[in-house]
Amino acid sequence: MTEVGTVTTPTTSELQTMPMAKALNAGLAAAMAADERVLLMGEDIGTLGGVFRVTEGLKNTYGEHRVLDTPLAESGIVGTAIGLAMRGYRPVCEIQFDGFIFPGFDQITTQLAKLTNRHEGAQAFPIVIRVPYGGHIGAVEHHQESPEAYFAHTAGLRSVSPSTPHDAYWMIQEAIAANDPVMFFEPKSRYWQKGAVDLAAPAVPLHSSRVVRTGSDVTVLAHGAMVSVLLQAAELAASEGISLEVVDLRSIAPIDYAPILESVRKTGRLIVAQEAPGNVSVGSEIAATVAERAFYSLEAPVLRVSGFDVPFPPAKLEGVFLPDADRILEAVDRALAY
Amino acid sequence: MTDVTRMVADSPVQFLAPDGTFAPNVGAEEYAPFVERLDDAALQRMFRDMAMVRAFDVEAGNLQRQGQLALWVPSHGQEAAQVGSACAMRPQDHIFPSYREHAVGMVRGIDLMNVIRMLRGLTHGGWDPKDPRNGNFHLYTLVIGSQALHATGYAMGIQFDGAFGTGDPENDQAVVVYFGDGATSQGDVSEAFVFAASYQTPQVFFLQNNHWAISVPVSRQSRTPLYRRGEGFGIPSVQIDGNDVLASYAVTAKNLDEARAGGGPRLVEALTYRIGAHTTSDDPTKYRTDDELASWVARDPIARFQAYLRGRGAADAFFDGVAAEAKDFAADTRRRTLALESPPAELMFENVYTDEHPLTAEQFEWLGRYEESLEGGDAR
Repeated sequence: MTEVGTVTTPTTSELQTMPMAKALNAGLAAAMAADERVLLMGEDIGTLGGVFRVTEGLKNTYGEHRVLDTPLAESGIVGTAIGLAMRGYRPVCEIQFDGFIFPGFDQITTQLAKLTNRHEGAQAFPIVIRVPYGGHIGAVEHHQESPEAYFAHTAGLRSVSPSTPHDAYWMIQEAIAANDPVMFFEPKSRYWQKGAVDLAAPAVPLHSSRVVRTGSDVTVLAHGAMVSVLLQAAELAASEGISLEVVDLRSIAPIDYAPILESVRKTGRLIVAQEAPGNVSVGSEIAATVAERAFYSLEAPVLRVSGFDVPFPPAKLEGVFLPDADRILEAVDRALAY
Repeated sequence: MTDVTRMVADSPVQFLAPDGTFAPNVGAEEYAPFVERLDDAALQRMFRDMAMVRAFDVEAGNLQRQGQLALWVPSHGQEAAQVGSACAMRPQDHIFPSYREHAVGMVRGIDLMNVIRMLRGLTHGGWDPKDPRNGNFHLYTLVIGSQALHATGYAMGIQFDGAFGTGDPENDQAVVVYFGDGATSQGDVSEAFVFAASYQTPQVFFLQNNHWAISVPVSRQSRTPLYRRGEGFGIPSVQIDGNDVLASYAVTAKNLDEARAGGGPRLVEALTYRIGAHTTSDDPTKYRTDDELASWVARDPIARFQAYLRGRGAADAFFDGVAAEAKDFAADTRRRTLALESPPAELMFENVYTDEHPLTAEQFEWLGRYEESLEGGDAR
């Protein structure tokens, strides 16, 4: 360990810089090395390494029975993963793009989410479903969506979303180690952004939210790629003398409210940001819960900054659809006006 | 009357004519050795199982009509398809039922009161498939066709474990999945065929074509005999007279042993008939003719097998004994059903997750406080 001022940082052998896609690859490899029951399944994930190369090289290392290039059928992937879990395996399924999860939606919601309950606890279903999600990549229809609210609404599932390479590396391993089904939403626009990964230890447990920038005037909260937009907004706000506290949600279901409420009690204002359409969204749930639990601390209503309630638009309009730092700052101004 | 003639193969495998005469048809030839290995004791056990489940099923239907069950799913008429195929399995095999396979469950060892508990509204499951006493009989699945993929995934696991194809039929494992004619229209069943064929899984798809998906005839599901669907996926397939318990036994045994030996998946289509309603919420007189029903009652699987066993020399005392045992079983089912108690409220919150979960824990605690606050108020 080296001393930098009063802050202790890991040595370089534990701290590596890599993009999120590589961090996920390393996390998957670590999970597969740790437990031979872990297997990966999905479309194009073997020989090609996945359309985003997240599983690159793993088939060579672990063989075709642990990295399965499946037939092109999402319900088939999830449904057979369920059977494999009954056999004692811990499958990690890749859904190629967010908008392609719906052919598997039935198996996820009517079967996977309910099977532990149907078995009255006699059988666990440790299945991870990785979903590259979200916009900012200029792609065609069904390739830029944020469907997490459907899954957060379904009892029996857990849902998480990392925002940094470090969290991606650790959260994928924690999700695989969990004994429940975990929906793992990967912000695909962040796949290629590099960041420091501390290979020695995770920052916080899987279902924790976390303050990633301290501030005093307004709390802003998001998960996945939107966290980077909040950090950008916080920089801009600071230049105008406004101090934003940024919370990275990390876990969408269950939501870790303690750090959120603590922050709101300090700032008195909360803005929830998300790429997903705002109607009946994760942000709606957080707004309602914070209003219930921190009513007397609030100086302004909880505001939501979301995608519009329209189908994700053609790529040339994604910049209008997706909340950016300016839309966050507009909401900050509204919150401060109370 | 539904036109089903074009849905039938040239020679669906049959050993017993409807009057119980032992008259194997041309399709039955290759399966004959499997029938020959059944001695009188084995045959009589099969008859007993069929009669027991018939009595249980009729009594459960009565219990529903008397308000003791939320719903009943009759198996009446499908006993030969179910008992024959179940007797063809080996102890190490895994079975994925839909929700009408009461006879299969009984043969595999589950207590049928567990099915009663599910349909009385006490549980969504009812038994632990991992408990060795339950014969690897997995839970009923109510979304049509979903279990076909679970079965195929399980069979892929057997394959990855190398637990089949060693040439040792006492240890090599295989999977049987049950589904109906309606389920063949579900995408999940087609996807299960795709995965099974692709991975060459050790499994038998056992399709009970009982000719009706609630009120819709099989002719609305398919313009081709259903067993030929399997062939289109590269799965060797065969159609049998599903009301002939010997055909069901022999064809399942042969195909299952081929699958466990590494021959890949197989499909068996058993032509049978749902004598009762789809469930007790249904009124089949609205969509089926009396003539059609009568034609299938005349092909009753239990009467047919009884005639065959009599021809082999089974005495009245045997049939009387089975009838008495079945009557006792029905009475016992009634007595045990009436004694069932409602589950506690915590059942709702338990086992939603395997690991700790703050939201369910918080809501369970809240419910406790809420109910406590009502104590001393109006009686609930």
